[in-house]
Formats: sequence, C-alpha cells, structure tokens
Amino acid sequence: MSALTVTNLCKSFGGLHVTTDVNLNVEAGERRLIIGPNGAGKTTLFNLITGELTPDSGTVELFGQDITKVPSRRRAHLGMARTYQIITLFTRDTIIHNVTLALLGLSPARWNPLIDLKRQGHFVEQAQAALDRIGLGHIANRPLRQTSYGERRRVEIAMALTQNPKVLLLDEPFAGLSIDERRDVHQLLLAIPRDVTIVMIEHNMDVALEFAERITLLHFGEVIVEGNRAEVVADPRTREVYLGH
Amino acid sequence: MSGRYTALLIALLLLITLPYWMTGVYYVNVASQILFYAIFALGLNVLAGYGGLVSLGHAGLFGVTAYATGYMLQLGFSHTTAIIFALVTGVAAMAVYAALSLRSTGIGFIMITLALGEILWGLAYRWISLTGGDNGLSLKTRPEPLGFSLANADTFYYATLIVFLLSLAAMMVFVRSPLGAALMGTRDEPRRMNALGYHVWAIRFYACLFSGLLTAISAILFVYYTQFISPQTLALTASAEVLLMVISGGAGTLLGPIVGAALVVVVKTVVSGFIERWNFLLGAIFVAIVILMPEGLVPGSVRLWRLARRQRERRAARMPAKVEAKP
Repeated sequence: MSALTVTNLCKSFGGLHVTTDVNLNVEAGERRLIIGPNGAGKTTLFNLITGELTPDSGTVELFGQDITKVPSRRRAHLGMARTYQIITLFTRDTIIHNVTLALLGLSPARWNPLIDLKRQGHFVEQAQAALDRIGLGHIANRPLRQTSYGERRRVEIAMALTQNPKVLLLDEPFAGLSIDERRDVHQLLLAIPRDVTIVMIEHNMDVALEFAERITLLHFGEVIVEGNRAEVVADPRTREVYLGH
Repeated sequence: MSGRYTALLIALLLLITLPYWMTGVYYVNVASQILFYAIFALGLNVLAGYGGLVSLGHAGLFGVTAYATGYMLQLGFSHTTAIIFALVTGVAAMAVYAALSLRSTGIGFIMITLALGEILWGLAYRWISLTGGDNGLSLKTRPEPLGFSLANADTFYYATLIVFLLSLAAMMVFVRSPLGAALMGTRDEPRRMNALGYHVWAIRFYACLFSGLLTAISAILFVYYTQFISPQTLALTASAEVLLMVISGGAGTLLGPIVGAALVVVVKTVVSGFIERWNFLLGAIFVAIVILMPEGLVPGSVRLWRLARRQRERRAARMPAKVEAKP
C-alpha cells in the first residue's frame, strides 16, 4: 500500500516553475531520499505535501485519502509530521516543554484554558519517555537555548516522533552537524520503527544513501531519475546534475 | 521561591488593609484607579505579552464598554442589566476587532487595531444622539451589589480589589493552561505550531476574546469610578498609555502590567500635583526603563537582583581561598 502519493503536482511563483508535474509514490514503511541541487524545489515539494503551500494543480494523497484541500494543521492529525531545514523550536522554553507542545498539538486538551499543563502527568511522562529514548532525558528541563545544534536537531525529530506519525518528512536532518552528532541522529533514525514511512531531503550523501531504499532526483522542479540506490547512483543523469562530472 | 510567596502575601495584606493605613480618600481613590487600570493592562498583556499581538486600539474597546454601561443606565435599565449588556458588547466588539485584525500580525495587526480604535473614537465624538458627543455621558449612581453601597471610596476600593484579584487569578490559571501554552507557542513559532496540529488563528481569536473580557471588566469599573464617559477615554493616547503600562512593567509577565499600571497612574495623578511637567517625567521614566531594563521593570529587577546575588556568592566563594593562600 502506498503511504504517500503525489500526482501531477505543479507550483509556480510568478513565472518561476518550482514544481513541475511531480509524481511520487512512497510505499508504507519505505525510506525515501529526495536529492537534487540547490533550488531544485525539494523544500517546496515538502511544503506542498504538508500543505504549507497550496499547489496550482495536482493532488496529494495520504494512504489513499485525497488531502490536497485539507489544511496543513489537520494533516498533523492525519499522521503527517515534519522537521524543518532551519530548526524551528521554542527557544524560550525547556526541552521537555517543546516535546509537550508536540504531544498537546494532537490532544483535545490543547483548547483547555483551565487546567495546569505542568500537572498533566501523562503529558509529562510521555514527553520524558520520548526524551529518554533519544538520550536527552537527563537534560529534559534545560532551557532550549542552552542546548547544542545537534541536540536541537534530535529534539525536533523527537517532537515529530511523539506525534506517532505515519509519514515523517525530514528536511535535511544532517545539515550542519558534526560527525559525532551525525552519528547520533543517524542512530535515532535507524531506530524508527517500520510502521513509520520516512521521506528525507538530504545533501549528505554518505549517511543518506545508506539510509534510503529508493531515491528520487529532482532538478529544476522535475523528477529526473527515480529508482533504488544503485540505479540512481549509476544513472548518468544523476552524475550530470548532482554528483558532478 | 518561598521568598516570592512571602512577598506576594505581604502585598496582598497591604492591599486588603489599604484604606486603614492610607491617609485620605484621595489616595484610596488612586489605589482604585491603579487596580482597574491594572486589569486593563492585564487584558492587553494577553495579546501584547503572551500572544505577540500588539494592539493600539484597546482604548476603543474600553470606551465602547463604558458607553454601553452609561447608555443602558440612561435608558433606565438596572445596574445588573447594564453591566451584563456592557460586558457582552465589549467582548462582541473585540470579536469584530479580532475578525478584522487577525488577518495579519506584527505591524499589520497594530495598524488595523489602531484604525479600528480611531473609528470608535470618531463615532463617540460624532454620534451625538447616542454618546452625547463632547459632553459625554454621566452616570447618576453606582451599583449596590448585595446591598453594599459603592458610593464611598473605601467600599468602591474593596469592590475593585475583589474584581482585580479574580482577574489576576484568571490570568494565572490561563497562563499555566494548555491554551495559554499554545498562545505563547503561536507567539514564538506560529508556523511550527500549525505543523504540530494547532489552529493558530482560533487560538489567537480566543486570546482576543479573553483580552476583550478583561478590558470590558476594567472599563465598567472605570465608568462607575468616574461616573462619566467622554470621547477622550477612547483616544489613541489612552491606547498608547495602557500599552506603555504593559511594556514598562514587563510584557508577557503576570505582575509586570500591574507594576506598569501603578507607575503610570501614580505619575499621572499624584506626581502631577507636584510637578507641572509630569508628562516629561513619565517620558523620562520610560526612556530610563528602555535603556536600563528593556524587558520591563519586573523581569529587569529580577535580572538585576539575580546578578547581584551571583556576584555576592562569587565574592563569598573567593574569600576563603585567599585566606588559605596566606601562610
């Protein structure tokens, strides 16, 4: 069964065609890598899939359900979670509060103006458990601005995972990380169970190629090559537009 | 932490006993003014502090509620009916404000609220059949809840204090609640909140209604205090003044707006009796706050106090080392 199906998706900003007739079919449980040079329209494709941008034409389906017209906040409730290329977290708050906000986002309790959030035991426990799993449990109450870049990246992924997504979209999760941090994030991603489908944009080929099963190469908003790891790497067009020479 | 509770308890005791130690009706009335302006500032702080939505039109809402009270009383309705009608009017006006101004944030939000406030000010000024124009509306009596007349300064002060404490309690509950956390989330990272499944617009809309309710409550206390309402109450300077209360005290803090309200009211009413150019003084104070404590008086004082304590501790830690090094 396909988890995510994108059909004939188009988006242009003025005269600039950022996404041109993109078709994408990601099977449930698959690890898909999207590569392409800068400006290929990878992040735009993510924004179209999550609904932060509205496509000019084409459809997005999540497990067979057409979600093209569904507002992006509802897509989170349908099982879609994402991380951002530029880490987007609540820097004034503690690590655990960040994770709690992710949990609260899918709970009806988010509308409650009367209860004390810090006394909601199940949120606190779940958030703590999520941080323990990614090895940040011991600094759960540290303000986010006192954390390193790598830790923030892991917090962001942990936030997405606590929402129990069916489809997880990762926008350059390895960008800007040191070798050690990259290893931490890599292990974190490998530990994600197979009932989560992962679509990842990444430039860092040594980690990403190892992780992905199928690869899609975007260039000027179009899908140029798609296939398994060996096929895409061997394809002359990949070498031409991306790997260089 | 316990020191903080002791300080709050002392403040509460001082407020409760205020008419007994404060000499003169005049100063009790000043205290009443501080309290209802503090409720106003708390209301604006919901948006400006916790929601990141700076409104420059809140005096318009304040004025609409005050006029609604006065007009209903003039029509011969009871105080209870007038107050309920005024509260509903105030919140409904805020809902209209929100529907129009939440189309944008930042400067756009400021400009739309400013325009709406000016429209209401213009209406108050020109719709003479309803508002009495420049002459304003006078209220003949104050209400008598449960048989207690609020006609004298002390009883009015206590009524205001009770409403103030209830409003503050409501703020405390809201700020700790999931909806409060969500509002602060939309202030800091609206895009992320949306991706996490929150309805950013609706959260802001509810925050607006809460802000409108507090504003309306303070306006009713105000109109019963002065027993008079005129277009000046809705002027842009009034909106700016309450915003200055919030910012000078500390936006996004519980106690900041209260301190800010106290500062502005004291300078405006008490100090203005001694210094003719009190406006200049108020301006100078704001400039000093912006330079010395840009985050506001309350968080600024906390920061300076912590800094002083840390330095004291550091000095204490260094002392024994020196003594040991001597022989």
